[in-house]
Amino acid sequence: MSDFAAAVRLALDMIVDFDPALLSIVALSLSISLTAAIVAGAAGCLAGAVLAVYRFPGRRLLIVVANSLLGLPPVVVGLAAYLLLTRNGPLGSWGLLFTPTAMVIVQTVLAIPIVTAISHRALEEVWARYGDEFRIAGATRLRAIPQLLLIGKAQLLTALLSGLGRTISEVGGIIIVGGNIAGVTRTMTTSIVLETSKGNLPLALALGIILITISLVLNGAAFALSERKPRS
Amino acid sequence: MKLKAFAFAVAAALLALLLAPTPSWAQQKFIVLASTTSVDNSGLLSHILPDFTKETGIQVRVIAVGTGQALDTAARSDADLVLVHDPDAEGKFIAAGHGVNRREIAWNDFVIVGPQADTAHIAGGHDALAAFHAVWNAQAPFVSRGDKSGTDALEKRLWKAAELDPTKAGPWYKDIGGGMGAALNAASAMGAYTLTDRGTWLSFKNRGPLTIVVEGDRRLLNRYDVIELNPEKHPTAKLGLAKKFADWLASPRGQAEIAGYTVAGEKLFHPEADKKP
Repeated sequence: MSDFAAAVRLALDMIVDFDPALLSIVALSLSISLTAAIVAGAAGCLAGAVLAVYRFPGRRLLIVVANSLLGLPPVVVGLAAYLLLTRNGPLGSWGLLFTPTAMVIVQTVLAIPIVTAISHRALEEVWARYGDEFRIAGATRLRAIPQLLLIGKAQLLTALLSGLGRTISEVGGIIIVGGNIAGVTRTMTTSIVLETSKGNLPLALALGIILITISLVLNGAAFALSERKPRS
Repeated sequence: MKLKAFAFAVAAALLALLLAPTPSWAQQKFIVLASTTSVDNSGLLSHILPDFTKETGIQVRVIAVGTGQALDTAARSDADLVLVHDPDAEGKFIAAGHGVNRREIAWNDFVIVGPQADTAHIAGGHDALAAFHAVWNAQAPFVSRGDKSGTDALEKRLWKAAELDPTKAGPWYKDIGGGMGAALNAASAMGAYTLTDRGTWLSFKNRGPLTIVVEGDRRLLNRYDVIELNPEKHPTAKLGLAKKFADWLASPRGQAEIAGYTVAGEKLFHPEADKKP
């Protein structure tokens, strides 16, 4: 129990002190994970809408693939990205290995299936309900998509937040392509791995508590935003 | 309304955080150093690097992994310089044409740590091979890194020198496939023996029942070498900047910095010129 108490106290101390080293790690974590979640959110919602609205060969297969990729192991994505981005690899000349950009790429890939699967499921219901009306009104399927996204926006927010949950908690992929370089690619999660390996268990746990707190605040904010207007 | 205000406050805080002035590293000259966890986790690099950066304006970005992975990273041209501690693997790296100009820049030693209960009765010894025999005979829990790091390579060499084959050991021999920290955390939780470099051990904070049981064997010497990359195989590496750092490490200034790093009054690394046991 003393370990947990020490961790909570450490976490509080770091938050109260506004520790600059911690602040830069938090900023990097958030900018990487938010960027990845937003890119994946845009791509995933669009993919979800297309899967809900259009009927084309291979659609079912794509849905199954998106759902099965929910369990995509981050370390495998990280490794694949590493082999692509390594200096002598196919994309080596881009010079992205061990940069935050590489970490965003990995997290985006991890989050897209989640956003796609959740938004597809939600939008499919919306389409089942309103699709006929759209078509009677003479709208093409393409025209219907923006309407669909608007109607389903509460569920899409859930999809986006699930994507963010995946990215902000992820460590296996980004530690491979980022290298956990202090001040450059060290995030909350890779710091936790590092401090654990140094036997600094209370500090590692304290960082975990701060990470969870940030997640809580972000989700609370998103919830508050979605409740902004009373739904009619 | 309250909810709305909260949401906006969070959004504003996020924006402020993300728009914060770009860190100084953005335009800075830098090299990537592939290094072992022991020189990084022990705090040595964060102790000496700020001075080097101040003197030269070159930032050193450290990828801290096991020696095997560090050499592999450099062999792929993903690093500009290596700082490692496995003479055999280094020899192969150089023979394969990847590295040139190997220089020893520091040394310390390995120690065998184990539980205070000392079920293999090896505490106080100075003979690593005798200790390994005793652990084998007692079938006392032993944690192995199993990750092709410098420490792992030495452990395998010691078993071989003791004419024992750990692949034929019983379940008491636990190959955890992890870094030094992971191995120490595991040994601490299981009350097992393990081989560790002294630098990591001295800065490790989750010792639990562990204590040093065997030290002072010449076979446990741990030398750290800096190796520059061969320009013919690695034309994209920043060899000029890397050489500056390698030269600085070997210079009297760098050596003094290494000698000056202590944890709780104890020197973690000896400069190259210190007399070895």
